[in-house]
Amino acid sequence: MGLPTVKSAELEDVEIGLLLTGIQQIYGYDFREYAAASIKRRLAHWLAESEFDTFSQAQSCLLRDPDTFLSLLQGITINVTEMFRDPAFFLALREQVVPFLKTYPFLKIWHAGCATGEEAYSMAILLNEEGLAGRYRLYATDIDEEVLQKAAEGVLPINVMQKFTQNYQKSGGTASFADYYTARYDHAILSASLKKNIVFSQHNLAVDAAFGEMHLILCRNVMIYFKPILKERCLSLFDHSLMPGGFLCLGLKEGMERKKWSERYEEMVPRTRIYRKCYATA
Amino acid sequence: MPRPKFQLIVIGVSSGGMQALKIILGQLPAEFPLPLLVVQHISSDAGDGLARLLDELCEIRVKEADEQDRICAGTAYLAPANYHLLVESDGILALSADPPVSYARPSIDVLFESASAVYSSALIGVVLTGANFDGSQGLKTIKQNGGIAIVQNPADAAAPQMPLAALAATAVDYVAPLDGIVAVLKKLADA
Repeated sequence: MGLPTVKSAELEDVEIGLLLTGIQQIYGYDFREYAAASIKRRLAHWLAESEFDTFSQAQSCLLRDPDTFLSLLQGITINVTEMFRDPAFFLALREQVVPFLKTYPFLKIWHAGCATGEEAYSMAILLNEEGLAGRYRLYATDIDEEVLQKAAEGVLPINVMQKFTQNYQKSGGTASFADYYTARYDHAILSASLKKNIVFSQHNLAVDAAFGEMHLILCRNVMIYFKPILKERCLSLFDHSLMPGGFLCLGLKEGMERKKWSERYEEMVPRTRIYRKCYATA
Repeated sequence: MPRPKFQLIVIGVSSGGMQALKIILGQLPAEFPLPLLVVQHISSDAGDGLARLLDELCEIRVKEADEQDRICAGTAYLAPANYHLLVESDGILALSADPPVSYARPSIDVLFESASAVYSSALIGVVLTGANFDGSQGLKTIKQNGGIAIVQNPADAAAPQMPLAALAATAVDYVAPLDGIVAVLKKLADA
């Protein structure tokens, strides 16, 4: 036969393309607009841990059995995060943004892509310490229901708390970090007072709509996994959800360089990726 | 004109890396025809000071990698602190905040494997001084996909563990001290 032989790397690209199309059509999750290099790595990791040798083999089971798909979904979407990740960012938030937030009687905050909730709880600690307890509602959303359940539980492995304590101290924390959790065997249970004003709910940045008039939106290290078109969709979504004079916080390697955004958003502190939306926007 | 044989160099380096990068990147001419992607293990809160310092010292351009950077000849891109550096199939750089691999973020293995998937036999992988074993799996992948593997001579390295781990993981094409590696890179770039 004169058929060409395809290199295995190219074959795998074809298999992944077919699989992602199938997943979109059956489950509604669209990962075709995710940056390929990272999603391939995550998919390969899932495949290596699975009983299958190739994505073609796995496809039948993934498309017919929701439980198998859920295991893949967690492999694709998992975002490991930290409390007070990038302490310098949280310090700038505390010193430069909170004074503005204090001028509002009540605050609405959206944390998009909150994963297991570490940064949402960090935000709650920061706001409570700055005297804003009871004056805010923090909507923490993620694409993955399972991580949201974990986030709502607020239970962390004890071995990460030392690192989180260091982050907290570098971020300008004013209390003793140990006051915010109770150690039980090898776990740390976060204090109920931190959960009171957080609402965890499912939201898919790739398909769902805007989220109400927010004063502050955080979406850090989520859009680096998106192709430019999806990233632009997210930025528009945030723009529609943010009131004039509101703040948008991105990951330290994520920017709003495109002119469309740079003329309407001003970086508050250089290199913190804390942007403020101008009042006079068309 | 035929397409050049090699299109990209990836370098992994850990402890002792500053000195090693000064020598390697510092001896490449401004018109060096290949781009370089570099993972140097650094602490998670380091800024882009290393890239800016190397840019001052070197004839080639050195910058911290940004997402969506299109890789250009004569430029070295350093992985930012606390992010993995990857390459997309269209030669665009991507970053990820995925968990550390072998305790490292950025991880040399992640860069090497991702670059190898795109560039296969047009890729040159270089493992330099370091006190761990990151890069050995990635270098093995590069060899499996037909690329070139270069390892710093362990006797020449400030920390020999990483070169030794790479040599144990795969058969390599060149083992050389830093100056020798520069000569090899210049020769391969003209191939």
